[in-house]
Amino acid sequence: MSSQPKISFEDVHLAFGPKQVLRGIDLAVDAGESLVIIGGSGSGKSVLIKTVLGITRPDKGVVAVDGEDIVGASARLRNTVNGKIGMLFQGGALFDSLPVWENVGFGLIQSGAMDRQQARVKAIDTLARVGLDEHVSTLLPVELSGGMQKRVALARAIADEPEIIFFDEPTTGLDPIMSDVINKLIVECVRDLGATAVTITHDMRSARTIADKVAMIYEGQIIWTGGVKDLDAPDHEMVDQFVHGRAEGPIQMAVRR
Amino acid sequence: MNPLASIGAVVLAFFTATGRVAIFAGRALYHVVTPPMHFRQMLRQLVDVGYYSLPVVALTTLFSGMVLALQSYTGFARFSAEGAVASVVVLSMTRELAPVLAGLMVAGRVGAAMAAEIGTMRVTEQIDALATLSTNPMKYLVAPRIIAGVLTLPLLVLIGDIIGVMGGYLVGVYRLDFNPSAYIQQTWAFVETLDVMSGLVKAAVFGFIVTLMGCYHGYNSRGGAQGVGIATTNAVVSSAILILVANYVLTESFFSK
Ligand SMILES: Nc1ncnc2c1ncn2[C@@H]1O[C@H](COP(=O)(O)OP(=O)(O)OP(=O)(O)O)[C@@H](O)[C@H]1O
Ligand SMILES: [Mg+2]
Repeated sequence: MSSQPKISFEDVHLAFGPKQVLRGIDLAVDAGESLVIIGGSGSGKSVLIKTVLGITRPDKGVVAVDGEDIVGASARLRNTVNGKIGMLFQGGALFDSLPVWENVGFGLIQSGAMDRQQARVKAIDTLARVGLDEHVSTLLPVELSGGMQKRVALARAIADEPEIIFFDEPTTGLDPIMSDVINKLIVECVRDLGATAVTITHDMRSARTIADKVAMIYEGQIIWTGGVKDLDAPDHEMVDQFVHGRAEGPIQMAVRR
Repeated sequence: MNPLASIGAVVLAFFTATGRVAIFAGRALYHVVTPPMHFRQMLRQLVDVGYYSLPVVALTTLFSGMVLALQSYTGFARFSAEGAVASVVVLSMTRELAPVLAGLMVAGRVGAAMAAEIGTMRVTEQIDALATLSTNPMKYLVAPRIIAGVLTLPLLVLIGDIIGVMGGYLVGVYRLDFNPSAYIQQTWAFVETLDVMSGLVKAAVFGFIVTLMGCYHGYNSRGGAQGVGIATTNAVVSSAILILVANYVLTESFFSK
């Protein structure tokens, strides 16, 4: 079935207490596609991705991976699905009690795919791909700069070559050159590993490099999806305002003047 | 507010919390008995809980044994019953003081540390990250800690028994001028297997309580540094109270005829 999307959201609603964050998300990502999600701060991008991992649970709607609804899935199905996914958390979420190489090789060791020695070699290899030296591998996460931590987290997300990779703001906090390296790396992951990637970013340059398709989330709904070439002249006022970063327009930020 | 309503609210909150802890305990025990085991984690916890608690437990039991000899001597001297000092020391140490003191000290040391560590992992999304790396956080974080608590506290208490009796002996012989061999003979004459065993069973129960509370409060902590601080306090306070309650219940079941 080539028509079946890798990940799909249908009418996903989610609220934290009285705060309605997602109000009917409809979105599909095809296998091998690279989707970039853009949208204002606090609009629910991170929360949306976490529904696929089972970290947050939608109140209503369907989240499907490979055609299987995973909302409230059994522990077994949950494991299988999570095993296919690599995730770069927005805050890194590195294990601060473990050295860098063990962070990167963690999934490889725990899944039983490799022993510690093999995992270490693979981890150092993956670290090199994100531009980190071998000597970094024995340091603890606290001994790294913010940008280095980000890259370690990125290495951890891609180390076991998952089918689906989520990148939550992969380039924030990196210098422009390193950002470009990371963007290229993400493109490589999708092209070489055949992975399906969903990237959240505020960086339009990054979006242009990574994306096959772009979706914009606003007030808990997907208001626009389009190809990356439509990004410069989108047929939607809000997207146009967002992409060009103008304070004036239909989106009004709730700030006091 | 209606006083009946507020009483009702307190009672409801109490039962809700009890239910939550019970469910958490059930899940934890399930992961204790089912494979896979995380042996490295377990080893780390055994060392942390057992080995590093030794000095604290040794010091508290040593001085308790010493003060017990001193106090019971001043009391018994009034009835010319000084000979009972050795038996009072050994019975109180093995049945009550060593397990309760060790339990409370370990609650302060280990329970607090567990709540803080797991709580920090929760608020920095490290626990969520585990789930994306083929690792069940209950199995990886909670099960090894509970196993370590249940296994090592009895050992600590056994050592505490010996050191406490030794403290009594030192005061008895060097301060109160008892005959050394008579003191030791008195000790052996009175202590029975049940006295020591009951203390060790208590210790295992307290080990379970302390690690369960540390893990439970850490695992469910919310909202940043403050949340972790609250979790730590709650872990220590709830373990201390539960230890004292459980101690009474266990004493009833062991020694009431
Ligand atoms: N665990 C939670 N409990 C309560 N509210 C939450 C929780 N997680 C997220 N929220 C709320 O949900 C909304 C969306 O959060 P989310 O992290 O998805 O934003 P985002 O789109 O990723 O923003 P940013 O671009 O700043 O990262 C926010 O308003 C946030 O306050
Ligand atoms: Mg976010």
